[in-house]
Amino acid sequence: MNEAAETRLRAVKGRSQFEDALARFRKNKASVCSVVVVLSLIAASLFFPAWLPWDHEEVDFTAFRAPPSIETGHYFGTDQNGRDLLARTLYGTRVSLAVAALATTVSVIVGVLFGAVAGYVGGRTDQVMMRFVDILYALPYILFVILLMVVFGRNVYLLFVAIGLLVWLTMARIVRGQTLSIRQREYIEAAHAAGLGRTAIIFRHVIPNLAGPVVIYAALTVPQIVATESFLSFLGFGVQEPLTSLGTLIAEGANVLEILPWLMWFPAIALVLLLMSLLFIGDGLRDAFDPHERT
Amino acid sequence: MLGYALRRLLSTIPVLWIALTACFFILRLAPGGPFDGERPLPPAVRANLEAHYHLDQPLIQQYLRYLGDVLRGDLGPSFINQDFSVSEQIAIGLPYTLIVGGLAFVLATIVGVVAGIVGALYRNRLGDHVLALLILLGLVLPNFLIAPILQLVFGLQLDWLPVGGWGGGAVTHLVLPVTVLALPHVAHISRLMRGAMIEVLSSDFVRTARAKGLDRATIIRRHALKPALTPVVSYLGPAAGFLLTGSLVVETIFGLPGVGRYFINAALNRDYGMVLGTVVFYMVLILVLNLIVDMLYAWLDPRVRGR
Amino acid sequence: MFRRPRRLLSLLAPTMLLLAATTVVDARILNIQNGGDPTSLDPHKLSGDWENRIAGDIFEGLVTENPQAEAIAGQAESWEISDDGLVYTFTLREGLVWSDGEPVTAGDFVFALRRLMDPATAAEYAYLQYPIKNAEAINSGDNTDIESLGVRAIDARTLEITLERPTAYFLGALKHYTAYPLPEHLIEAQGDDWVKVENIVVNGPYKPVEWVPGSHVTTEKNSIFHAADSVSIEGAKFFTLEDQAAGLKRYRAGEFDILTSMPKDQYAWILENLPGQARVTPFAGLYYYAVNNNEPPFDDQRVRQALSMAIHRDIIGTDVLGTGEIPAYSWVPPGMAGYGDPETVDWATLSYAERIEEAQALLADAGYGEGGKPLEVQLRYNTNDNHKRVAVAIAAMWKPLGVSVELYNTETKVHYDELSRGILQIARAGWLADYNDADNFLNLLKSDVEFNYGRYANEEFDRLVNAANASNDTSERAALLRQAERIALDESAAMPIYYYLSENVVSPAISGFEDNAFDIHRTRWLTLDE
Repeated sequence: MNEAAETRLRAVKGRSQFEDALARFRKNKASVCSVVVVLSLIAASLFFPAWLPWDHEEVDFTAFRAPPSIETGHYFGTDQNGRDLLARTLYGTRVSLAVAALATTVSVIVGVLFGAVAGYVGGRTDQVMMRFVDILYALPYILFVILLMVVFGRNVYLLFVAIGLLVWLTMARIVRGQTLSIRQREYIEAAHAAGLGRTAIIFRHVIPNLAGPVVIYAALTVPQIVATESFLSFLGFGVQEPLTSLGTLIAEGANVLEILPWLMWFPAIALVLLLMSLLFIGDGLRDAFDPHERT
Repeated sequence: MLGYALRRLLSTIPVLWIALTACFFILRLAPGGPFDGERPLPPAVRANLEAHYHLDQPLIQQYLRYLGDVLRGDLGPSFINQDFSVSEQIAIGLPYTLIVGGLAFVLATIVGVVAGIVGALYRNRLGDHVLALLILLGLVLPNFLIAPILQLVFGLQLDWLPVGGWGGGAVTHLVLPVTVLALPHVAHISRLMRGAMIEVLSSDFVRTARAKGLDRATIIRRHALKPALTPVVSYLGPAAGFLLTGSLVVETIFGLPGVGRYFINAALNRDYGMVLGTVVFYMVLILVLNLIVDMLYAWLDPRVRGR
Repeated sequence: MFRRPRRLLSLLAPTMLLLAATTVVDARILNIQNGGDPTSLDPHKLSGDWENRIAGDIFEGLVTENPQAEAIAGQAESWEISDDGLVYTFTLREGLVWSDGEPVTAGDFVFALRRLMDPATAAEYAYLQYPIKNAEAINSGDNTDIESLGVRAIDARTLEITLERPTAYFLGALKHYTAYPLPEHLIEAQGDDWVKVENIVVNGPYKPVEWVPGSHVTTEKNSIFHAADSVSIEGAKFFTLEDQAAGLKRYRAGEFDILTSMPKDQYAWILENLPGQARVTPFAGLYYYAVNNNEPPFDDQRVRQALSMAIHRDIIGTDVLGTGEIPAYSWVPPGMAGYGDPETVDWATLSYAERIEEAQALLADAGYGEGGKPLEVQLRYNTNDNHKRVAVAIAAMWKPLGVSVELYNTETKVHYDELSRGILQIARAGWLADYNDADNFLNLLKSDVEFNYGRYANEEFDRLVNAANASNDTSERAALLRQAERIALDESAAMPIYYYLSENVVSPAISGFEDNAFDIHRTRWLTLDE
């Protein structure tokens, strides 16, 4: 083949679906901004505390209920126990993000496994499994989470699992739908013809191809998870002292909104920023991968 | 239509049955429950429990008795309150929850639908952008954040509205709780409505109607509204569930003696009987509401009935 | 343009009018923020101060509290005490009736006290009336003849109480709800249902008319109360609300007339913006940390003492809480009748720096702290902002000693439940005086008392307290009790932290609310100006 032909061939090389989506995502200014914000928040909560002279638990006996000031070094002020609010807000962000990450992982693992198995195996098994999902869907799940917390104690690990189990249902449904369509594809038939067992096919071919929708849906549920954790912490069921999360900080700050307003405003702004950015990212991803869904 | 209703009703029953069974076993297995022997209960409460649950009988009989009780509306005794059973406490708190929740539901639906229609009609103009901003705030700001801010501004600083309490049902006492409860749903509903409306307005049959010379109001009322409402209606079912969970926070912050607040107090005080009984009650309520919404959906979209 | 707005506006106008018109104001009812939800209206089922507020308004005992919380004639118009101090004879007022018109008789008191001591009732607080002859034996089940209790109705208006031994504070103990009469005729007829609001019958200045659990209890003036003429306020509404910040908001909005607990972090604000309304005065109560004396390493006295010394009590009241609670270096609060100045820990005179030094030395001695084993403590408290702040501050004070603290909080009922069963390492507890005597507090450390959460057991201590109770001589009693207190303090049985300050916020429209040593303010003495 001569050079000219080669060049022309290369020029017509198409973009993969993923690159297409990425390009669309990059054009969405709000989403890109949000990614920057979220990454900054994560970086700040992980690395900034090392720069502060005190940690989130340390009591500064000279500064109880101190307003924010540059001179004292308490940039966000202190709480009624003389603990630095900036350190606590960063710590709370870390906890909220950790809960979100772990809960999302739980929901992805459970949802994907469940949905992939149901979609691939099909038939009665699929019907039974999906009926199970339908049943759980109808129930007021947060109440069950609270119930579990009551019965088994307020353990932070239980919290991760419980919240993760809150969102796996829709994940399972989406994954099942995708699996059903993947099942028809030729490469599955080929693998089957080659003699691969069902389990191997599920793990080696079906699940990797689910990546797209799973990522999108996971991204869409993260704000919901963060909001749920804050909600539970506010009511008193989430993280317990001395752990703290944004929800707990807001709850405590709300009580003294009038006289120590900084105690609520700073964590509130952090939470709202986080939720808004996550929302934009989720929307952006969805629009990027499936522009028809846009409202 | 009736056949569809019956079929939906029948499919709800196994759901309830499984959930009730789960609740029964959770009660039995709960560490620190009365069946655990470890936690000392006031004798009167223990007497209540033993009389009610007939612990001396074989498990299967206890289970059947439990199912029978629930069907009759008896949700068991409270583990902490000696004078009021679970059903009695729920009955006391229910009117408050229903009034606030009901008002919020109606308000959210009406305002959301209207706002969505307006947004669709004045698409991409200033009003639409303002709406988009408000929708964003409504979706992102948690209700436990909005509530104290509103309490501060309208209650303490401007002194226009009371800060909490039921106040005998006075309208002033309802304004803040209903608003806080309704806000996220106004946001959701207007977003759905706007999107659906835009889609319907650009559809073929609407173009036909416009070509026929009908004015905008008539088009909306007679042709666009019903199909545009379908996504909204399908949201209403889950919305009922969200209103219920939202009411937990709203009743706590505003000190309203509804079922939500009983539930939270019971949960914090480890009153298993009350917590489980309330969960059963909420389940039934949500299933009933979902059923009603499904009926509504079927009425709006007759294609569903065939299933 | 908008065709809808006109319709909306036309709907809005009447709504606004409606809003303006409906603000509910009930001038004569007293609105009180009461804290927790009462367990019951039956005085034998109670133990909390929030329950006392209601019980003391609807029932009246032989003696009752005046605004200074001193004992004055209640249902009894007069009484005589025998020379040996063992027999009290009460003459009830003439014409006393229950709220259903049935007469109140001496028999109702006998019935009530027998029921109190009956093991089947399982009244937690029965021990308060143990000074009565045979009471302890009956209540513990050793004596099955309930009628042998030292209470006898000589006739319908004369009640005779015989004691085990002369007890100086007994008359004061009769103010307590454990000594209230109960309507025998109703309880025989209705059994456990007697206590329901639609059935209940009372003999106090108010009667309960509504109880919405988790929300409020409403009372109304009892027109046939013997002193009804002197009762000014028409009724009271006790709101169940533990959230102090929310309570303050509603107080400021005029929805509450009295707060019984205030958010201490807003105290400075209250002083400035609601002058004269905060009533913060000392009363007989001890805030302390119970220590599990049986669980290592807390079974080592040196560890207990080191931890106690490291608590910087002086700043807890002033800085952490903000209301200025007085640090406690004794077990018995000051002001108990006939007791004089309580004993104090022998390290009370050291400076804080010196105490830290000695604490570190003690821990090192015991093998902990720097260079030794790490010391881990689980610190329990019941969910409450103030307790949390104190706990966090104290955890920070222990940290420099090499102690790591796990904070563990549960709701009040669960908290005390577990403490009663001895499940704790170190736990916050509080005790409010029931009657004006030092043994009230020393009893908390007796080995056989359920409220001795740390299970401190010292035979000599028990012997001294029992001997004091057997004694007739006030100064001998005081001496014996002080010896007991000395032992408990030397052994660091528990860690006293501060003496209680009342935390009431009272509307300026109320008169008659007098600060007193028990923080008891019966509604019948208050007046509400409108």
